[in-house]
Amino acid sequence: MKQSKWKPWLYLLPAFIFLGIFMVYPLIDVFVYSFEEGYNSASQTFFGTGPYNYRYVLRDPYFLQAVKNTFLIVVITVPVSTGLALLISVGLNSIKPLKELFQTIYFLPYVTNTLAVGLVFMILFQKTPYTDGFVNLIIKWFGGSSIDFIDGPYWAKMFVMCFYTIWVVMPFKVLILTSALASVNPVYYNAAKVDGTSKLRIFTRITLPMISPMLFYLIITGFIGAFKAYSDEVAIFGTDLNAAGMNTIVGYVYDMLYGDSGGYPSYAAAAAIILFAIVLTITCVNLLVSRKNTTYA
Amino acid sequence: MKIVLQDLTKRYPNRNRKIKEEVVAVDRFNFEIPDGELIGLLGPSGCGKSTTLNMICGLEKPTEGRIFFGEDDVTDLPPENRGVGMVFQSYALYPHLTVRQNIRFPLENLKGDKKLSNTEMDQRADEAAKLVQIDQLMDRKPSELSGGQQQRVSIARALVKMPRVLLLDEPLSNLDARLRLQTREEIRRIQRETGITTVFVTHDQEEAMSISDGIVVMASGVVQQIGKPQDVYDDPVNLFVAKFLGTPAINVFAGEVKGGHLFINGEDVLPVGSVPDAPVTVGIRPEGFVLQDDGPFTVDLVRVEVMGRDTSVVSTHPSLEGATVRSIISAENKIDPKAKQVHFALKSAKVLLFNKETEERIRF
Amino acid sequence: MHQASSYEQIERRARTRERVRKTVTYVLLVLWALIVLFPFYWMILSSVKSYSAYNSEYIPKLYTLAPTIQNYIDAFTTVSLGRYFLNTLIFTVITTGLMMIVIVPAAFAFSRLDFPGKNLVFTLFLSLMMIPNELVIITNFVTITDWGMRNSYIGLILPSVTSVFYIYLLKENFEQIPDALYKAAKVDGTSDLKYLLKVMLPMTRPTIITIMILKVIECWNSYVWPRLITDDERYFLVSNGIQEIRENGFGRENIPAMMAAVVVISVPLIVLFLIFHKKIMAGVSRGGTKG
Repeated sequence: MKQSKWKPWLYLLPAFIFLGIFMVYPLIDVFVYSFEEGYNSASQTFFGTGPYNYRYVLRDPYFLQAVKNTFLIVVITVPVSTGLALLISVGLNSIKPLKELFQTIYFLPYVTNTLAVGLVFMILFQKTPYTDGFVNLIIKWFGGSSIDFIDGPYWAKMFVMCFYTIWVVMPFKVLILTSALASVNPVYYNAAKVDGTSKLRIFTRITLPMISPMLFYLIITGFIGAFKAYSDEVAIFGTDLNAAGMNTIVGYVYDMLYGDSGGYPSYAAAAAIILFAIVLTITCVNLLVSRKNTTYA
Repeated sequence: MKIVLQDLTKRYPNRNRKIKEEVVAVDRFNFEIPDGELIGLLGPSGCGKSTTLNMICGLEKPTEGRIFFGEDDVTDLPPENRGVGMVFQSYALYPHLTVRQNIRFPLENLKGDKKLSNTEMDQRADEAAKLVQIDQLMDRKPSELSGGQQQRVSIARALVKMPRVLLLDEPLSNLDARLRLQTREEIRRIQRETGITTVFVTHDQEEAMSISDGIVVMASGVVQQIGKPQDVYDDPVNLFVAKFLGTPAINVFAGEVKGGHLFINGEDVLPVGSVPDAPVTVGIRPEGFVLQDDGPFTVDLVRVEVMGRDTSVVSTHPSLEGATVRSIISAENKIDPKAKQVHFALKSAKVLLFNKETEERIRF
Repeated sequence: MHQASSYEQIERRARTRERVRKTVTYVLLVLWALIVLFPFYWMILSSVKSYSAYNSEYIPKLYTLAPTIQNYIDAFTTVSLGRYFLNTLIFTVITTGLMMIVIVPAAFAFSRLDFPGKNLVFTLFLSLMMIPNELVIITNFVTITDWGMRNSYIGLILPSVTSVFYIYLLKENFEQIPDALYKAAKVDGTSDLKYLLKVMLPMTRPTIITIMILKVIECWNSYVWPRLITDDERYFLVSNGIQEIRENGFGRENIPAMMAAVVVISVPLIVLFLIFHKKIMAGVSRGGTKG
């Protein structure tokens, strides 16, 4: 079969051009930026190279607040959403009537614009002079006192944040876990039933180990996703996340790049690389743990 | 432990919801399995044999009828309270557990006063493993075992809790031909040694005939015949059973009884005594042919297959239902392969008559 | 006899337990369905309440007896929702179209053509999948700014037209087409390009459609890049538009009008989802990621 030498490259050319300009070059460039001290995007000048940007970012209280917020979101939403998704998927797999309807409903948030629906969440949780909002109505109904979840205490804001994040990430997890559970061969359950295995033991000794690869996949992608939290925050608290005290690391990166506090791509680059390092470390730890725990088949 | 099945019936709702009529998977199955016997449930796929096994096991509930283990009515008991061990067709070994963990698994489920200590469990697992001769493989994962070894592990797992009844679902179908022979001897041996009443399901008549104390032939939910393998083979109650048992299969012809003689293609082939005159379906076992130059039964020779001990004669016959007649004769008989026609006499015990309409056996 | 009654007891207990389990399962499932659906109900409900009715409800009502479409009229007249909508449509269609033009030949080259260094190139290529968007977006922002492409469609579109992941997905699919077909086509003198267009694309249509749907969802919901690259309202996409409406649009208190805008923004994707829900869910479980 004769084939001219340059033809394959012609097919690859468009992809390579775009990837080169918008992925490979930026990847190198971001490291350069992060070591250029005092880079000014207007005059395109800088006055030296070194770790100054990192030092600046690590001492910036806004960054530290963002790190704290991000870690809280990660630590709360990843276990809660994975656990809840597991619970719901197990429930879904144990029923027959209405199963497909429930599955379709549960997937709905995946296709909605998170910015738009975030606005609805804000309204549900918000307390204004005109109304206490729907959530406070329920709280009062159960005998509690109303709280402003949007402009109120830190834990209340964090609660809304996590609640919304979980609402947004659930569809993907439920979908993956439901299909993982459905793919477990029912003959194992029959075998266990004949041996008188309790429901709980079937779940912990058979179901969980069998779906563990998918579970770890979800945990890893869940960690990565939660560390990159940003637009869900904007959806609830608006673009000025620093003012709300709810900024995240990614939010900090963008604020440094652009907007009222922007114009510092070097700081943004340093912050982004710190984030990348954190995510990489945690992913590696996750992979090591999962390798230890899913050694079958 | 004897097993008694009383009017055991299973009906499913029709898959097509518009049709109200239910599908009958098993229809009024009555049978008493004596203590300590090995019984084969035999039939083509979809005949209800697996459903019957699942009902004995407790995985499926009968629509009607009762099941007794000894004197206990177990019909409404969940499987774990019946004391049954089950070997699944695909073995159902937990892939993430080692052989030892798999075998121990049922023991770890025991609660209350039946609870065993760790050492007791290991001891029981070792005993079961020794019985099926896999005690060298205890620390391997199922994926590291051959099909035959996996089969043994799954038998050990079924035996380890000392069940009253052992059930095997198509135990040999996932093995290659050589292993199949070996494993079926193995199952027979284990069953003899343990003396546990055992029921197994198979679609392979040879398998059922070779190791069972008794076989049950089923077709579309209805029990056709129950009996000792040789009895069922020699004396089938209807055409289905006659066709289902035996390799090569029985040869079926259209024939007619006139004045106490059986005619096939106009030839008077056999006296049949007091059978009333009527067209009949005739089954002749391959071993029912005797080579005889002036024999009344003439076939057109296709080829002769020499198989050492026996010779298989393949031929055609105008009244045959099917493509070719297969006759097995002793290799001492010499046939000229170039001959156009071969003449046979028939052994009367190997010729079976059936009613043309009902396909019920006509004895003579 | 004693034995029989104890068996009955066992059975009765098992049946009760089963019934309790079923009930708990359904309660849990319905509860989560309510949590998922309620925000949608609330946004539709609020969007048809009149401004005055909404603001007079100190305790929000769960229904309305006097629905109005005034808010929808406001959403299209007071703020430039129509403009945002159109922008997003243009952005989505062009980006998705361009992406297909870029990724299909690349996937074809990786799956079907042989060239020296193919494996090395493909490995390097795959490793690009690990690079988070957050790292490269900084330079891209500077690049697009330097090129003077801020506040333009082209600036919005360019960085989103390749996806390593989709090339990978497509390549895997292309490879499932039997070799024999390619050889047969070659014997018949079919050119590579014609083979790609006439044989491979039709045969992998389900995957192509899945990829396009996923890309459309991604485009419709994209927020970060458009936010960085546009500050001229005329180039806002719906996500930025809704932020703009929230912060400067109707005035903070006209929530019914805001909700009308939210409904309008959400409807296209929900309709798309309701039509293609099986395809979309199958596609996402095969390789979509989010969250």
